[in-house]
Amino acid sequence: MKTILLPFLNFTETTSGRVVPPSGFTAQLTVITAAAMAFLAVFALALSMATGRLADRWGTELARGSTVRISAPADQIEAQTAAALKVLDTTPGVREARLLTAEEETALLEPWFGPDLPLDTLSLPVLIDVQETSDGFDAEGLRLRLAGEAPGAVLDDHTRWRRPLVHAAERLRLLGVVSLLLIAGVTGGMITLAANAALAATAQVIRTLRLVGATDRFIASAFVRRFTFRGFSGAVIGTFFGMIAIALLPSADEAGGFLTGLGFSGMQWLWPLLIPALAALVAFVATRVAATQTLRRLM
Amino acid sequence: MIEFHDAGYGYGGRELLTEMSLTLAPGSFHFLTGPSGAGKTTFLKLCYRELQATAGRVSIFGEDTRQMERDEVAELRRRIGVVHQDCQFLDHLSLVENVALPLSVSGRDRDDQDLDDLLNWVGLSEQAKARPPELSGGERQRAALARAVIMSPEIILADEPTGNVDWEMSLRLLQLLIELNRMGKTVVIATHDLHLIRQAKAQVQARVLRISNRRIQQSGADL
Repeated sequence: MKTILLPFLNFTETTSGRVVPPSGFTAQLTVITAAAMAFLAVFALALSMATGRLADRWGTELARGSTVRISAPADQIEAQTAAALKVLDTTPGVREARLLTAEEETALLEPWFGPDLPLDTLSLPVLIDVQETSDGFDAEGLRLRLAGEAPGAVLDDHTRWRRPLVHAAERLRLLGVVSLLLIAGVTGGMITLAANAALAATAQVIRTLRLVGATDRFIASAFVRRFTFRGFSGAVIGTFFGMIAIALLPSADEAGGFLTGLGFSGMQWLWPLLIPALAALVAFVATRVAATQTLRRLM
Repeated sequence: MIEFHDAGYGYGGRELLTEMSLTLAPGSFHFLTGPSGAGKTTFLKLCYRELQATAGRVSIFGEDTRQMERDEVAELRRRIGVVHQDCQFLDHLSLVENVALPLSVSGRDRDDQDLDDLLNWVGLSEQAKARPPELSGGERQRAALARAVIMSPEIILADEPTGNVDWEMSLRLLQLLIELNRMGKTVVIATHDLHLIRQAKAQVQARVLRISNRRIQQSGADL
C-alpha cells in the first residue's frame, strides 16, 4: 500500500491500482481538462438556472398582468378613465384594476428619462394596471367593450412582447443544457484521447501484466480507476473555482440587467456539487471503452 | 503437461517452426538449444500461449490452446512461471512489488513472510525496496525467477536466463532452477550455453531439445 498526498485529500492505492505508471503528460492533461471543463460546466449550469428562473418569472408575472392605456383630450380623460375602470370592474377574469400613481409612473419612466422627471409638465397617458384571475379574461371582448365605452383606451395584454422574451429565456436555458452536454462530450473525448495515449505509451506494462497472468478486466480496471480518479479530482478543483467565480459575480438587483442575475440561489448551490461525480462517470465510461478497445487490439 | 501435436508456427508467409511433436512431462527438466534465431523463444512462447500455433495443435494442461478465451489464457499463465530474456519489470514499482505482481493481478493476498523468504532464497533481501533500473543484470534475472515462482507454478520456462550474467551467477541461477525441479516443477531452459547444460546434467536428469532446421530434435540429448 502506498499513500499519495493529493492537493485536497489522501488517496490510498494498492499495488493493483499502481500498475499504471503514475506520472506523465497524460495524467496532467486529464486533470487539467477535467478542471477546465468543470469550471465551464459551473457557468453553463448557472446560465441554465438563471435563464430558467428568468423564464419562469417573466412567464408567471407577465401572464397575470395587463395594462390599459388611455390617451384622450384633457377634457375627456377623466370620464374615459372612469368608464374604462367601470368596464374592467365588470369584466369576468379581472381580479383588480387600479390607476397607477404618479410615483409608479415616475418609476416606470425613470430608467429612460432620469429621476428628476417633471411629470406634471408632460402630457402622459393614464395607465391602469389590470391583474387577472387564474382563468384570465377574454382580451378581444374586453377590447371591443373598451372601444365602445372609452374610445381612447387601449388594452395591452403584454403577449406581444412577453412571448418572445419568454421564448428567448427558454432558448437560453436550452443553450445552457446543450453547453453542459457539449462539455460532457468534450471531457469524454479528451479523456479518451489521454487514456489511449497512456495505453499506447504503456504497451510494455500491458505486456508484462499479461505475462504474469493479468486478465484484460484487471488491466482495464487499473486504467479506469486511475483515470476516473484523475477526472474526479480535476473536476473538484474546477468546480471549486467555478463556484467561487459565480459567488463573486455582482448579485441581481431591481435595476440590474440579465447578467447580474447569473448565479445560483438557495438550494441551487448544491447542483454544481454533482459536476465532479458526473465528470468521474464520464471519465469512467470513456476510459473503459478506450481500454477495452485498445486491449482487444493489443493481442 | 505440454503437448505438441505436429505443431508449427509461421509468420508473414515464413515458417519458423514445423512438425513439432513432443510431450513435456510433469517434473521433467529440459534444455532447449539451437543457434541464435533458430526459434527457441518462439517455442517457449507457444508453451505459454503468447503465440498460437499456426499448424497442428498445442495442448497445455490438457487444454487445446486454440480454443482458449482471453481470460483462460490469463488463468493459464498463472500456472506457468516465465523468466524472460529481458526480464520485463514495471520500473515504477519496487522490486518486492514486481515480484509480488502475479499475486496482485490474481487477487491473492500477499504473505510478507513468504515474500521475504522468497527474496532471501534468490539473495535479494537487501534490494527489496530498489527499483528495477537500480539492479544489476544478475539481480534482475534472480528477481525474474522469484516472480516466476511466486505463484508456485507447475511449469517454469526460462529464456536465456544466464544470457547477461557471469559464470558464477549462471551457476547460482541454475542451482535455483534445479531446486525447483526437485520440488516437482517442470523446467524448460532455453540456452545455447553448453557448459551450463553439462553442469546441470551432472545433478539432474535433463533432456535436451535441439531446434535445427525448423524442427525439434529430441534425440542426441547427450552432449
